[in-house]
Amino acid sequence: MSNYRVQGATGEWEVVIGLEVHAQVTSKAKLFSGASTEFGAEPNAQVSLIDAAMPGMLPVPNVECIRQAVRTGMAIEAQINKWSRFDRKNYFYADLPQGYQISQLYHPLVGEGQLVIEADEKAGIPEDKVIRIERIHVEQDAGKLMHDQHPTMSYVDLNRTGVALMEIVSRPDMTSPAEAGAYIRKLRSILRYVGSCDGNMEEGSMRADVNVSVRKVGDTELGTRTETKNVNSVRFVMQAIEHEVQRQIDVIEDGGTVVQETRLFDPNTGTTRSMRSKEDAHDYRYFPDPDLLPLELDDAFLEECRASLPELPDAKRARYTGELGLSEYNARELTAEVETFARFETLLAETAAALGKPEAKVATQVANWSLSVAPGVIKALGDEGDAGNATATRQAAILKMQDAGEISGGQAKEIFEIVLKEGREPEEIADTEGLKQVSDTGAIEEAIDTIIANNADKVEEYRSGKDKLFGFFVGQTMKAMQGKANPAVVNQILKDKLG
Amino acid sequence: MTDFTQLGIKAIRDGVANGDFTAVEVAEAFNAAVADAAELNAFIVTTPDYALEAAKKVDADRAAGKQLGSMAGVPIGMKDLFATRGVQTSAASHILEGFKPEYESTVSQKLWDAGAGMLGKLNLDQFAMGSSNETSYFGNVANPWKARGSNATLAPGGSSGGSSAAVAARIAPAATGTDTGGSIRQPAAFTGITGIKPTYGRCSRWGIVAFASSLDQAGPMARSVEDCAIMLEAMSGFDPKDSTSLDMDVPAWAASLDANLKGKTVGIPKEYRMDGTDEEILKSWDDGIAWLKDAGADVVEVSLPHTKYALPAYYIVAPAEASSNLARYDGVRYGLRDLPDGAGLQDMYAATRAAGFGDEVKRRILIGTYVLSAGFYDAYYTQAMKVRTLIQKDFEAAFEQCDVILAPTTPTAAFALGENVDDPLAMYLNDVFAVPASLAGLPAMSVPAGLNKDGLPLGLQLIGPAFDEQAVLNAGLAIEQRAGFTAKPEKWW
Repeated sequence: MSNYRVQGATGEWEVVIGLEVHAQVTSKAKLFSGASTEFGAEPNAQVSLIDAAMPGMLPVPNVECIRQAVRTGMAIEAQINKWSRFDRKNYFYADLPQGYQISQLYHPLVGEGQLVIEADEKAGIPEDKVIRIERIHVEQDAGKLMHDQHPTMSYVDLNRTGVALMEIVSRPDMTSPAEAGAYIRKLRSILRYVGSCDGNMEEGSMRADVNVSVRKVGDTELGTRTETKNVNSVRFVMQAIEHEVQRQIDVIEDGGTVVQETRLFDPNTGTTRSMRSKEDAHDYRYFPDPDLLPLELDDAFLEECRASLPELPDAKRARYTGELGLSEYNARELTAEVETFARFETLLAETAAALGKPEAKVATQVANWSLSVAPGVIKALGDEGDAGNATATRQAAILKMQDAGEISGGQAKEIFEIVLKEGREPEEIADTEGLKQVSDTGAIEEAIDTIIANNADKVEEYRSGKDKLFGFFVGQTMKAMQGKANPAVVNQILKDKLG
Repeated sequence: MTDFTQLGIKAIRDGVANGDFTAVEVAEAFNAAVADAAELNAFIVTTPDYALEAAKKVDADRAAGKQLGSMAGVPIGMKDLFATRGVQTSAASHILEGFKPEYESTVSQKLWDAGAGMLGKLNLDQFAMGSSNETSYFGNVANPWKARGSNATLAPGGSSGGSSAAVAARIAPAATGTDTGGSIRQPAAFTGITGIKPTYGRCSRWGIVAFASSLDQAGPMARSVEDCAIMLEAMSGFDPKDSTSLDMDVPAWAASLDANLKGKTVGIPKEYRMDGTDEEILKSWDDGIAWLKDAGADVVEVSLPHTKYALPAYYIVAPAEASSNLARYDGVRYGLRDLPDGAGLQDMYAATRAAGFGDEVKRRILIGTYVLSAGFYDAYYTQAMKVRTLIQKDFEAAFEQCDVILAPTTPTAAFALGENVDDPLAMYLNDVFAVPASLAGLPAMSVPAGLNKDGLPLGLQLIGPAFDEQAVLNAGLAIEQRAGFTAKPEKWW
């Protein structure tokens, strides 16, 4: 359990949070029409006759949208309903040409599922926690009103009208802003793994309706909740909760009651304000859409959906710590984003092949390189470098040279820097730029013999027990070798010669 | 010289194909008849050029030795519920007055592809809501028939009242209709013509202004069973743009017509013997039974026990769907917009819809909105859907015992315009025999059975199992052959 508590004037309060996340389904065409879904087109450039609700137009379900929602359901271990149905949600608004939204109230496509948010001590999440998901249904998005185009009129852009959304409804299982944030991040990660939503919150591909209520610690009854609509970032969701919690506590402690209502979040102030109360709530007159037959999925379709699922975040993390022997930290960092693990896995495969070793043997080296060394160099170079030059093959070549002791860690960075800047091959850089360690025992022995001869007193002291002087000899040797000697070889020869 | 306006689909098509006359001659004859019949008000818009263009193409194709379509050279009337590219598609409403779609409905396109031409857009009850064609924004349609000894103008039935009047008056050899709860069959019965509503899903609904989506079906209205079969074939077929379209091949109904009913069983539903049904209707029903027996059929009584709940259920389901389907007429994107000075969005909606919809449409939107409202949904809509399932099961059980059902089409012959206009319930009762087949999605047809003592036509209805239009058409043909219905309205317009 979260230990998130808010101290009020009359005692301690706890918080109950449920989230409805609207995720735009990744698909070329809209849910019931062939119009494009690409972001950023000219207003009303992507509107079919169906989207504009011309007389006599009929919706036809886009199977790809259904498939993506089913795959998402499978990724949260949910019940997939082989029989589901579309309902109409009726209300009038200028961004809703049909006068109804096609949604799924009574028989959603996806039923009960769950996801796990990971323990995060710093964020006040002491242990892994299961968040239950009540359902996922698919529905049409609405269009967009533009109020800044004309002094007295509003304009309508129907490009987004009819785009497929998944509404992912959690149970009220979250008890702190941090848990809500972790839930959205985890959900986003799963959606991106599955490829069913790009998770781009800035472009509105993911938005959350945040349901919040408060109650005194120890109370078992839920308090009256408010729903804050269309919050479009993890940070804003957490802010909206914090503000709403404090507001509700203040209302109750001032002797008032929380009104069940829909609220809006203002990102500029981090506060919420009332949009409409329950009394003003629409009567949506839901009923089964008579233009559409029930959606019936066969086993072959479900099998294809399941077979097309990638390895999911939890499984991947478990494999990284288990099979690959990575640290918890590395595993978490590497699996958080699709791009990160994709780069890592490509490089891991290349490196293992280059070294002729199993992946597990090189995984930690590759993880450290991917998470800290390489990003460090890229960041330091900034615009001077071109990340496109950093192919997996080139990086694997660097790691191979390092593994073989041909180059030092510092040299690896220097070589990578040149790779980024100039797109040259690492082996060639190492050769031509003199970025190689000398492992030639002859040259090193020669240098050490000279040093021993010139420092007879120190040799005597060392041999009589002053072990610390070993570092002095290493330093002298490296200096004589201009820093390019392989330290392991230097150590070995020194030990042999000093006795 | 042939009076082309007396010819039906088959006669025109074959005559054109044989070179007995040209399609242009036929189109010109009907264009003239249409122009001469303004008094009937059957058309909202006439499109003589469209009819001529199509005819010229057919004549040219024939001259070039090309294969001609099944409707080649036949000019028809198009109910103004079908979207026609570039031609006003109004659903007989003010709210869509002036609306010219940039698209063509699937059914009308199929007809043009089969070689038919368009005489114009036919009047109807506004948004197909009505049984007398008195709810049209563009005025009443007059039934070409008049009762003996009376000069009262009669209703042509509805909602396909322009279609029925035009075909009965011989100003069109055939017309499209749509049937949601009897809108093809009742007007066909009122005007002495033949009309069939196929199985739900046979004809694509794409491009037809929606009234009640789960009930709406297009179908032909013509002057013979064979003409209906030919035209229905041209109108039918799977359409991927309509999710409720039947993915089945279209049978060769016309070629398979067979009036010999030996080995077939006709069911007579006992619950259709209702109080208040006109004696003459009952007598024509008995005539129908005798004719079908004469054609070789066995006749059995069947039971459709939930019949009495059909009309109430229909008047919940259809308005519920309509209230939602008509929400798109909001003044934002097309059609009428009434924007009072200083008005906001809600004011615009209210003003536009108040001005744009007629009373009957408003009544049904209100009923539909009410029955779907929180707290009433289960009591009305859910209950009505249960009734609908029971009615479907009634028919399934009945078709265990028979191949086709025979019943009256309407409880009365055509009534006078204005007679029922203030009594919506009396008006709704007109469809009491038609609605059950609609709720069950079954093919059903009305064929003329004779004239009553006032000289007005009466129709008999045939209802078949799902997908078995052939059974309906064959039984209809058997009746047609025996009824010998050759009467036609005297021209007064």
